Amino acid sequence: MLKIDALTKSFGQKVAVDNVTFDVDKPMMIGIIGRSGAGKSTLLRIMNRMDNATSGSITFGNVDVTGATGAVKRQWQSRCAMIFQQFNLVPRMDVVSNVLHGTLNRRSTLATMFNLYPQDEIHKAIEILGRLGIAEHAPKRADALSGGQQQRVAIARALMQDPEIILADEPIASLDPMNAQVVMDALRRIHEEDGRMVIANLHTLDTARRYCDRVIGMRDGQVVFDGAPELLTTDAARDIYGAGADFSEEATSTQIETLDQAGSLELLSA
Amino acid sequence: MSDATHTGSNSTEFIQHSYLALVRRRRTYGGLTLAIFVLLMVSGFMIADDRNAGGFWSGWHQVLDFPKDVFSEAWEKRAELPASLAKYFPSLIETINIAVASTLIGALFGLVLSLLSTRGLARWPRAIPLFRRLMDILRAIPEIVVALVLIFVLGGGPIPAMIAIALHTAGALGKMFSEVAENSDLKPVDGLRSTGATWAQSMMLGVLPQVAPNFLSYALLRFEINIRASAILGFVGAGGIGAELSRAMAWGPGRFDEAAAIFLLLFGTIVFFDQVSSRYRNKLTEG
Repeated sequence: MLKIDALTKSFGQKVAVDNVTFDVDKPMMIGIIGRSGAGKSTLLRIMNRMDNATSGSITFGNVDVTGATGAVKRQWQSRCAMIFQQFNLVPRMDVVSNVLHGTLNRRSTLATMFNLYPQDEIHKAIEILGRLGIAEHAPKRADALSGGQQQRVAIARALMQDPEIILADEPIASLDPMNAQVVMDALRRIHEEDGRMVIANLHTLDTARRYCDRVIGMRDGQVVFDGAPELLTTDAARDIYGAGADFSEEATSTQIETLDQAGSLELLSA
Repeated sequence: MSDATHTGSNSTEFIQHSYLALVRRRRTYGGLTLAIFVLLMVSGFMIADDRNAGGFWSGWHQVLDFPKDVFSEAWEKRAELPASLAKYFPSLIETINIAVASTLIGALFGLVLSLLSTRGLARWPRAIPLFRRLMDILRAIPEIVVALVLIFVLGGGPIPAMIAIALHTAGALGKMFSEVAENSDLKPVDGLRSTGATWAQSMMLGVLPQVAPNFLSYALLRFEINIRASAILGFVGAGGIGAELSRAMAWGPGRFDEAAAIFLLLFGTIVFFDQVSSRYRNKLTEG
């Protein structure tokens, strides 16, 4: 389905993404973990074609999207929605307008300039907001919402694109543990109910373990782990994070339950 | 891939209805605004046309007559063009000189005025309106009026033009500088104040480093505008290339080739300084 082959991105001397290869044969929820600077964000940005790869290829279905330009590229971008750490909504516009931005690829520039969207799409936008539990905020300005609500608006914008893949770049890194859980639950539900592929950059191990079907570990731009979360032992995690023997999983955690569950987690990873 | 729909509960339906009502209201307002805008454009044009001595519709096809004359005469005497360019180059230098001096002096005064009239930075916060109105006055009086008065008092020459443009520049740059300074980060200023620094010290060390690139970029833009302004003031007796241009254009037949040479010089100057300043501005913004 999705095939990443020898993808490399270098900025001058520095190689941010180094010969990354993986293959996804059916829609699943994938977590990419690694410490900051490991190349996770760059990888997602290349997959969405916001940045260009230095070499390698991305193939979805039978289509090579690595070199797509113009309308073909924008078409691809509308099929793989992106969610950002800082939400990246338009702050001065209302929530529904922000969600309707998900349809921009199908709309003409002139119609969007006057903010003219068909009525059924407005209905659909509010339905998606309802599904994520924030419909009552529909007419508010996006910047009047809390971080967790804004991230759900961003997810609604992504769903409005009706994408086959959702790329989430550190979706919970700016959120408190409560909101982080709500957002991760929403992403998991989207995968389970709609059958969309979700690829999320996470920097915490426990989130990846809890929500993902497959974990890819990156270190210095290279893939150093690729497999089911059960295979992610403490040794493997040490390797991904480049930490010494004093590495403890709680150090990477933002989960609420961690304090209560510290004991059980250690059992899990032993 | 299933659709992203939800069992339409009553509350969702209610939200949809009220949001659509909101959208309809907004569209009505938008349409009204557009209609008023078009109405104002059309009526404004009609009024301007009525007041016009000649009338737009009867005169617009003659607009190109003057440039055509200039071109044809300059083309006939094209052999003399290099000599004319050389002849008027010294007066171009004079014009640029006026622009440089007035931009420097105006920017300096504008800098002080802007810091004195920015909320959060001002030395005397209560005097902010005073300094703002002062800048408004500087901008409101056309520089050509100031120049005419000063030429009457001080006699013709570059000094009155320089003062007139510097006054206007102080007002215009003061406003732009103040808008930039308003967005600057106050934390370094607080830090410096906490050490017992004076107002001038904390402005110089806390604010200027942050805003310098933007200030310089605005000052360079103003410099380009001032080149044109000093050329225009030459028409009213301030010397420089404007004085030569008014002579070449006004003395009627026979000197249009020299007018063309002056236009070329002015054009070249603007292009030159535009290139130089955009290069510098790029360098500054890229760090």
